[in-house]
Amino acid sequence: MKLTSAFLASTALAVAFSPAVAQEMSNEMTIVSWGGAYQRSQQEAYSKPYVEMHPEVTVTWDESSNEAVAKLRAMNEAGNITWDLVDVVAADAIRLCDEGLAMEYDPDDLLAEAPDGTSAEDDFGDLIVSDCFIPQIVYSTTFGYRTDMVGDTPPTDVCAVFDLEAYPGKRALEKRPINNMEWALYCDGVAKDEIYDVLATPEGQDQALAKLDTIKDDVIWWSAGADTPQLLADGEVVMGSTYNGRLFSVIVEQNQPVGMLWDMQVFDLDGWIIPEGLSDEELARVKDFLFFATDTQRLADQAKYISYGPARQSSAPLVGEHADLGIAMAPHMPTDPDNAKNTLLYNYEFWADYRDDIDAKFQSWLVQ
Amino acid sequence: MPTVLPLKKQPFSFVGPVSAAAGAFAGLFVGTAQGSGLLGILLGGALMAGLAYGLMTLELPRRATRWGIAAVFALIGLMVGGVMGLIVGTAFGAFFGWFPLWLADGRYRAGLPPYLTAGEVLWHYAFRVICGMIFFFLIAPIVVVMPLSFNAENFFTFTPEMLRLDPAGYSMQHYEDFFQSGDWQAALRNSLTIAPVATLLAVSFGTLAAIGLSSEHVPFRQAIMAILISPMIVPLIISAAGMYFFYSRIGLQGTYLGVVLAHAALGIPFVIITVTATLVGFDRSLTRAAANMGANPVTTFFRVQMPLILPGVISGGLFAFITSFDEVVVVLFVGSASQKTLPWQMFIGLREQISPTILAVATILVCLSIALLTTLELLRRRSEKLRGMSPG
Repeated sequence: MKLTSAFLASTALAVAFSPAVAQEMSNEMTIVSWGGAYQRSQQEAYSKPYVEMHPEVTVTWDESSNEAVAKLRAMNEAGNITWDLVDVVAADAIRLCDEGLAMEYDPDDLLAEAPDGTSAEDDFGDLIVSDCFIPQIVYSTTFGYRTDMVGDTPPTDVCAVFDLEAYPGKRALEKRPINNMEWALYCDGVAKDEIYDVLATPEGQDQALAKLDTIKDDVIWWSAGADTPQLLADGEVVMGSTYNGRLFSVIVEQNQPVGMLWDMQVFDLDGWIIPEGLSDEELARVKDFLFFATDTQRLADQAKYISYGPARQSSAPLVGEHADLGIAMAPHMPTDPDNAKNTLLYNYEFWADYRDDIDAKFQSWLVQ
Repeated sequence: MPTVLPLKKQPFSFVGPVSAAAGAFAGLFVGTAQGSGLLGILLGGALMAGLAYGLMTLELPRRATRWGIAAVFALIGLMVGGVMGLIVGTAFGAFFGWFPLWLADGRYRAGLPPYLTAGEVLWHYAFRVICGMIFFFLIAPIVVVMPLSFNAENFFTFTPEMLRLDPAGYSMQHYEDFFQSGDWQAALRNSLTIAPVATLLAVSFGTLAAIGLSSEHVPFRQAIMAILISPMIVPLIISAAGMYFFYSRIGLQGTYLGVVLAHAALGIPFVIITVTATLVGFDRSLTRAAANMGANPVTTFFRVQMPLILPGVISGGLFAFITSFDEVVVVLFVGSASQKTLPWQMFIGLREQISPTILAVATILVCLSIALLTTLELLRRRSEKLRGMSPG
């Protein structure tokens, strides 16, 4: 409340003293994100310092990233774009870009260069997976297990998920084929670099489902990132997949008896898209904000609040300590060499091509 | 009701199996909580049959025995489940120290008409047990939320500390979070500004519509009624999607006014239905009498008709208020993030981060709903009394 009235007061002042700025850029910005701890990290690292520098700006956060694709389609159809900046996973960004709902951008024009002068395009490197996608973090989907329910031999291998004899009990898996199919094939003896070749064939898909069949009765399917932490804290499941930041929060911040299984974690990217169809003033404000919010220091700052790896190479050395707990964050990053010994990268092209088919197959397998 | 027949002592062949059945039922819950439901049923049944036999054959001083049994059960409960076990154990002990003797003495027939057959007596009690279980089924999910909202941890989990009734397991932190977090307070403010205005609109339009639709000379009354009530019948998601596109075109999407209008449209059917029902009992000759005495229609409405249909108007208004206050689907479409209401905030909170703050809010909302419904019930009784329908 106090903050808002301070904003309002300073907005009035800013309007009175700097009419030029107020005319060029919109002073209101609606940013769409995922809610929870992740959104809080963005607020702390990006929007709070930005608003301190530009007190005339009010930022509204909308926790709608989950249904961003559907909502942007509806907004486009209704001719009424009410979002200024949207945080989405890379796969959604690719879809939105293909449909013309997200704006294409030039990295070197829009984004700041690294402190050592490296261009933004080189600093982000391969992580710019789409012409519309402005990478922000690298996160991974991986497993956590109850340390008090696995006996004396905590799992170190992702195939423990499929081993009901050594680790009896329920497992939490995401209610979609992505990642689950890859893990199933890997644990069914398929070599890591052949997984997607196998998964492209109907036989390979059946093989993956057959492997999943062996644990189907012991799976609790989750659909929101908060489900697995809750199930683990409850002791309802012995292990479960979720985003590594959620597990970090359960283990380090909430002190639950949960351990991290980094083996075969699947890397994925999350970042911004600018919706197509903003007015000039809105676009000017968003560009100004993005230039600030994606610079090397800001991306490194975000890692103080959540254990996701910054997307810029130049940010990695700047990752410091947790903002409240004061522990070093680097060992909790999915990209830390100790954690990233055996990993998989989300295959955007494969899933863009096969998602609909495999989704249908997976769903009908689920109800069998 | 005085009993004509003296109470008849019942043999063990009746008391034993009934006690065993009750014991098995209790054992099912205790057993499930301890790991094996089946074992619980068997043990509970056997234990209670044995207890019934003991109570019937040994002529012990009753009061002392009952206290003794309660104490023994309480002690067992304490050893198994701590303080919580003590409470449950005492309750079970008190019940099972009394139940077999109540059966054996034939006291269970005391309040019933003497001509009932055994089957009818069984049904009399079975009916009560079934009613109790339905009531439990309806209320348990709501009640279980309340202690969880005092959880000291950030999960929806009854921690061992909570089950031991250890004060360290409880805290007000989620209530503090609700009252201190900017997001929740903004949501509360939005809900508290949207709901009353939407209610006011719904009550004004709904009451006028109901009065108009209850006068005989209005053409197409049925059709108009059906259209006005349709928001209640059409699936909410369809209204919401339709409103989204319509409001976007006319610039109402994402505005405070848009959400208020949408919620008013949802609330109007409730007002129409309750006011129409009150109007059925309204004597039209009163308005003619008022007109006869020189009052114009507006005066007649406010001085004669309105006071008489007021209970209907208020209960319709309460429903409209609750509809707006609880509504999440339409506001997700029609509103934007700056009109985030409480249900919206709870919805995203549940999806993105399962935090007991949601339970704290739910508890507050349940208390609010109970207060509103109590008001409604009191108003209804008052209106019945005024109309002389109830002797109270």
